[in-house]
Amino acid sequence: MAKALPTLRHLLTWLALSAGLLGTTWAGEAVPLAENPALEARMQAIAQELRCLVCQNQTIADSHSGLATDLRREIRTLLDKGQSDQQIRDYMTARYGNFILYRPPVTSSTALLWFGPGLLAVVGLLSLWLILRRRARMSADAFDPDLPEGSEQP
Amino acid sequence: MKRFLLPLGIFLALAVFLGLGLRLDPREVPSPLIDKPAPAFALPTLADASQTLRKEDMLGKVWMLNVWASWCVACRQEHPVLIEFARRQVVPIYGLNYKDERANGQRWLQAGGDPYVASLFDYDGRTGIDYGVYGVPETFVIDKSGVIRYKHIGPITPDVLQQKIEPLLRQLNG
Repeated sequence: MAKALPTLRHLLTWLALSAGLLGTTWAGEAVPLAENPALEARMQAIAQELRCLVCQNQTIADSHSGLATDLRREIRTLLDKGQSDQQIRDYMTARYGNFILYRPPVTSSTALLWFGPGLLAVVGLLSLWLILRRRARMSADAFDPDLPEGSEQP
Repeated sequence: MKRFLLPLGIFLALAVFLGLGLRLDPREVPSPLIDKPAPAFALPTLADASQTLRKEDMLGKVWMLNVWASWCVACRQEHPVLIEFARRQVVPIYGLNYKDERANGQRWLQAGGDPYVASLFDYDGRTGIDYGVYGVPETFVIDKSGVIRYKHIGPITPDVLQQKIEPLLRQLNG
């Protein structure tokens, strides 16, 4: 027991130290938020509309990649300089193209992306309507007769 | 028989689109910087922190900018190709040592050879952002008036050099 005690004390010291380390890293992450919550919220709002180019199905707000971290820092700096949201989006597209925007502007190359789903829905509804109309005009004997439940098929 | 034509048609159309989609590389994002003036920079060189290189220093010559880092795995694959290309002295190659530690970058060049006239030391990656860098290695060809004429994402291969970069260099220098 007397021998086990120093090891236990060591362990506790290490635990306390690592807890202290964890605490400082967390506090380090939280600093920008505490400094200027309004600016941080705007940064988050902008970053949520930007695609991370390293991990393409994440936003720059979500991604932990080095580039996303740098771009969040860049957005903070630009906001600090008093730039508007649109100016920052322009800054990003000048470097990475419209690909970085989750809502790209309507151009000839993005028209299909914007209007494709609507177009598909219209085509689908139109064909449904045409089929139903054709069926309504068919004579009743073109269809199998409705049989009462439980009856045998002829 | 006729009733199968429509589903078959839809299936074929889908297969064609999906087939094309498989061939596209989603990581190849076209750069908006092509045919635009190269972004300005003023960076210390990797070899010597007191020496600064600017974009203006490059005007008047066609040059190649290769973004690399000692932590970049694909750069290792590319490096011998660059060494060989530099040996032929077709074009001055400058490096952009992107988000690296100075000592690591220097050690990397000592170990694998240095194909660069000089490497710019972009510690915080800001110049990288200006050049729209998102995946190292990347390579730019910049003309005499400082306009970006070509960008290659990923490791340079002998094929890329032969089919894309060398013809372009001949045209730009011609």
